[in-house]
Amino acid sequence: MENDVMRASLASAEAAQNNHTPELKMSARDVRVFYGESEALHGVDLDIYANEVLAFIGPSGCGKSTFLRCLNRMNDTIDGCRVTGRIELDGEDIYDRRLDVVLLRARVGMVFQKPNPFPKSIYENIAYGPRLHGLAESRAELDEIVQRSLTRAGLWDEVKDRLDQPGTGLSGGQQQRLCIARAIAVSPEVILMDEPCSALDPIATAKVEQLITELSESYTIVIVTHNMQQAARISKRTAFFHLGNLVEVDETTKIFTTPSDSRTEDYITGRFG
Amino acid sequence: MDIQQAQPNPPAAASDKRRVRVEKSLQRRHRAERRFRFIGMSAVVFGLGMVALLFISILAKGLPAFWQATVVTEVYFDPEIIRVDPRPVAQPGESPAQLREREMAWQTQVTMVNWNRILEDSLIAHLPEAASARPRVRQLVTSGERFKLRDMVVENPGLIGQRAQLKLLADANVDVWLKGNIDRSLPDAQQQLPPEVRAWADQLYERGVIQMRFSTTLFVNPDSRGSLASAGLAGAFVGSLYMMLIVILLAVPVGVASAVYLEEFAPRNRFTDLIEVNINNLAAVPSIIFGLLGAAVFINWFGMPLSAPIVGGLVLSLMTLPTVIIATRSTLKAIPPSIRQAALGIGASKVQTILHHVLPLALPGILTGAIIGVAQAIGETAPLLLIGMSAFVAAIPGTPFDQSTALPVQIYLWQGNELRNFFEARTSAAIIVLLALMLSLNAFAIWLRKRFEKRW
Ligand SMILES: Nc1ncnc2c1ncn2[C@@H]1O[C@H](COP(=O)(O)OP(=O)(O)O)[C@@H](O)[C@H]1O
Ligand SMILES: [Mg+2]
Repeated sequence: MENDVMRASLASAEAAQNNHTPELKMSARDVRVFYGESEALHGVDLDIYANEVLAFIGPSGCGKSTFLRCLNRMNDTIDGCRVTGRIELDGEDIYDRRLDVVLLRARVGMVFQKPNPFPKSIYENIAYGPRLHGLAESRAELDEIVQRSLTRAGLWDEVKDRLDQPGTGLSGGQQQRLCIARAIAVSPEVILMDEPCSALDPIATAKVEQLITELSESYTIVIVTHNMQQAARISKRTAFFHLGNLVEVDETTKIFTTPSDSRTEDYITGRFG
Repeated sequence: MDIQQAQPNPPAAASDKRRVRVEKSLQRRHRAERRFRFIGMSAVVFGLGMVALLFISILAKGLPAFWQATVVTEVYFDPEIIRVDPRPVAQPGESPAQLREREMAWQTQVTMVNWNRILEDSLIAHLPEAASARPRVRQLVTSGERFKLRDMVVENPGLIGQRAQLKLLADANVDVWLKGNIDRSLPDAQQQLPPEVRAWADQLYERGVIQMRFSTTLFVNPDSRGSLASAGLAGAFVGSLYMMLIVILLAVPVGVASAVYLEEFAPRNRFTDLIEVNINNLAAVPSIIFGLLGAAVFINWFGMPLSAPIVGGLVLSLMTLPTVIIATRSTLKAIPPSIRQAALGIGASKVQTILHHVLPLALPGILTGAIIGVAQAIGETAPLLLIGMSAFVAAIPGTPFDQSTALPVQIYLWQGNELRNFFEARTSAAIIVLLALMLSLNAFAIWLRKRFEKRW
């Protein structure tokens, strides 16, 4: 436990040296999550830096999704789920009573494992968030946001002629990019992605991966993946979770070449998973 | 396991044996499948057959009642018989109350006219030999028709001295006789009409004076005991309509709101578990008990009127509430959680998530549940008997507070009427009307579902 903390802070110190003082975006300290009586996360400490792509890897059931959901308080929506510890966004405690969770989710967006567009038109899918948060004052402005979001998600050319058709009619990969466009339409600072490619074919996956790389210029991205090649391809840093613990977090290249924990090594060499 | 299967080239004998076994088991499986399909199809055929039988028997019995023996004859509004003053008109300096009083007196005078004699004269014009049996000839026309003549004159006193071609409902017994609903070979003592009246009816029917005409009375008249042939469903229909309205206005919003609260907002704890169990129990309570409750609470405590659709509507609402709640909850449960996550993840509040996404998706299911609940409610009879809605009411209720019956109760009342020969068909006709109402409600539910259904 203490070891983990030390390693995490060491790693972040190292990252700070390598990257001309990256800006701290979010930080978690001693985060524990309980589902009813059982503890699913046993005290996680993690720093997330602005404009990085951070990947979470680990065997299934180790708590990656659980931790990801802590970062925008989606755990609040699960019955019997309790979170302790401290998570900060730009230095503010996001579990503070005074904090508006609706605002938090506008700043920390989320993309889910299975594409989940609303059963509405493509346009409405994108326009819903901005309208909700009052981001557009006029229809023209809203149109512009829709176009910009779809363009950034690399979907504009494919759907510009059928904005009024249902988003659920798109292919799986297009749906997932629509969901990404929907998330960026409210201009979040951080985007959380929970295995966004696990339901997609390799070509659609490649497109989404490219999109993630492009988006990292303007957003901080935290991505859960069960695919280690994917983590290696797109992330700058990687965090390895095991049985509810954050085992280690470091530069992706380091995790995959010279992990400091034997459990990490076992996992990436395929000895369990 | 894997290793065994991967073994290369099993001996040929073993492979043959294996194939024989597989084929045997395959045959067994196919047989089981065919048997299962056969049982399923027989069940469907049996069910459909029963429904078809029910419909055929009801239609066969009920449809003839929509056509009723009607005397089409010329009526002379004889001024010798209709001796009434001219209709009062407002005098200068007269108050409205005084005028109304004189008007009432005049109407009483019109009512006192011997209208039967006018009817008799009209019939005797077709049957000269009946002139000697005046009171008997009147048995051809149902007794309520004299009020039709009165109403025409009250409406338009200028008719006096004129002739008019009228369609008068034949007496219920004439209808029964002409339709062959009574055995013609029965001795006179067991017949409901005297022999000469039966002969006249046959004659007039042959000559086309009595015709089978579509019976609008069935739809526009309330129930009647004095003039059975003109007994209609309108009172019961309007009563049922009022109750339906009350159920829609009360049970549907309350039920949907409770279901949304229980499903989306309420914490899961012992207390809500208890509520859930009780709602399910409530759905299983026999409907007659709701009638007892209605009689005790609404009539005894709150002093609401007996036999009124308002009380019936309240009782039926209570009865429908669990149906609506259960249907709505199961629809809400079926909405994929991914939609909620999507909305919450983008920063929608819980209420926004429900209003913008969950309810619109649940709407078709909720409406279907509500309509099925309402259809169930308007077909319900037992609780209405206990709050006095089985009383004979000879008027169409103007408001939900007036006395009224309901369609299913009307069916029950007619079924028990002594003039079986006539009311058997009328009962079936009432059933057809009730079924038509239910079927159109269900069709409406299906249409709504198709209209609003979206795939996700
Ligand atoms: N909604 C939930 N209710 C109860 N237990 C849960 C719930 N979600 C996850 N868990 C438990 O928490 C642990 C971590 O799950 P999760 O975060 O989904 O793992 P991962 O995403 O790494 O596969 C698992 O043991 C899982 O059973
Ligand atoms: Mg997961």
